[in-house]
Amino acid sequence: MRNNDRQGGDRLHRRTLLMGLGSVALGSSACDRKHPHDGVFGITERLNQSVQRGLFSPGRVAREEPVEAVSPKGAFPSYFHADELPIAPEGWVLRIGGMVKRPLELTLDDLMKLTRTDMRVRHYCVEGWSAVASWHGVKLRDLAQLVGADENAKCVEFRSFDDGYYSSWDRESADHPQTLVAYAMNGERLTAEHGAPARLYGSVKLGYKGVKYLLEILYTPEPSGGFWENLGYEWYAGVLPSLRC
Amino acid sequence: MLSEVEGQPSIIKVTHWFGAAMLVGLALSGLQIDVAYPHLGPRGQTYWWWPQHGWIAPENLRIGGWLGGARAWHFALMWPLCVCGLVYFVYLSRSGRWRRLVFISRDDVVDAVSTLKTYVSFKTPPHAPHGYNGLQKAAYSTALFMIIVEVLSGLAMWKPVQLWWIAMLFGGYEGARAVHLILLLLLTSFVVAHVLMVSIHPKSLLAMTVALNKSRPISTKNTQPITEQNHAE
Repeated sequence: MRNNDRQGGDRLHRRTLLMGLGSVALGSSACDRKHPHDGVFGITERLNQSVQRGLFSPGRVAREEPVEAVSPKGAFPSYFHADELPIAPEGWVLRIGGMVKRPLELTLDDLMKLTRTDMRVRHYCVEGWSAVASWHGVKLRDLAQLVGADENAKCVEFRSFDDGYYSSWDRESADHPQTLVAYAMNGERLTAEHGAPARLYGSVKLGYKGVKYLLEILYTPEPSGGFWENLGYEWYAGVLPSLRC
Repeated sequence: MLSEVEGQPSIIKVTHWFGAAMLVGLALSGLQIDVAYPHLGPRGQTYWWWPQHGWIAPENLRIGGWLGGARAWHFALMWPLCVCGLVYFVYLSRSGRWRRLVFISRDDVVDAVSTLKTYVSFKTPPHAPHGYNGLQKAAYSTALFMIIVEVLSGLAMWKPVQLWWIAMLFGGYEGARAVHLILLLLLTSFVVAHVLMVSIHPKSLLAMTVALNKSRPISTKNTQPITEQNHAE
């Protein structure tokens, strides 16, 4: 009954995508795939973002979950976009650039030498399910400090080697203390299913904003969409609201 | 017949129909959202007591086309419903009309039981002297309560981290999600019963649509002339 295997999850996403494309064919303005953020729904999306702005407080963090809440082994879904499980290219490094003073390339060892943060929080998927895992990694805001990210960079773009999958975040959410570049999950190194060697993980965003298989982090002046965002999911997608860019 | 029917105040008519339209849109887009994960309970720990794991609504009961579209619908309609609800409840409390509606006293219970008995024996109960009979009060109070809880559980799911204090009322995000879906089913059964009752008492449809409101319904006293009218029928 549980749809917890990788293939199952992947199929599910493919089906939602196909349904989405189906509604383009119908030409329904409500699901206009070319401009999913325009029209009435664009107005309401912006309205929702201003409500979230009213609720925002950067210091507030997601509650830690008890150990018992951790999803059983294999139950935490692991979606990816490519046809086959993405494997890190030879000589993988994490590049950090854009509006920064000192662009940087970090190996996995470099990352693991930096101050580690551990957190056990609930993961919320846009599809409606939730799951719990422990995550271990480096605070993104520590990396921002390391490279000297410009204050005027109001957004951050995350690119992957998963067939072009990417996303972009507002800077406030990226600087949140529970936004990590994670290299381990539940006490063990990330597996390829969960985004090895390093992935973005944040308690403040829905699952699709957590880019796995990280390749590059870019500090940018403006939001630059994302894979699902361009198809019509909310760009903001906050579990915990923050400011819009 | 029309001139004999005392219409509902315009504000009640407008909020009733506008709210109903919003609720229908929210229900249909909600059923589409549910398709993406038609289970209750967290991944790997789904609820054993839920009998409908894997059930999805038929396609003609869903709007939005896909998850992203349905979420856009859902998050667009939720605010108009909240505004409509606020207008309605403010009016209800300010006008004193809530007294005719709230199911609260022992008399209401007794009246509800006797009204139910009448319907079960395929008879039509007499018109209630003060607007609504006990069974109506019970049904309307429950429906309004369910809509309020539906909105609260929806807010808890929308922002489970920031609005954790609402989520806690439901035992967290997953609890809120379960309540949200189960109340949808209960509200749907209310609507079925409501429509059935309106078909038995077609005058109530006139009262909620074209019939004019002649009295100023500030207190229950003002409903007296209506009762006389009904006796005269």
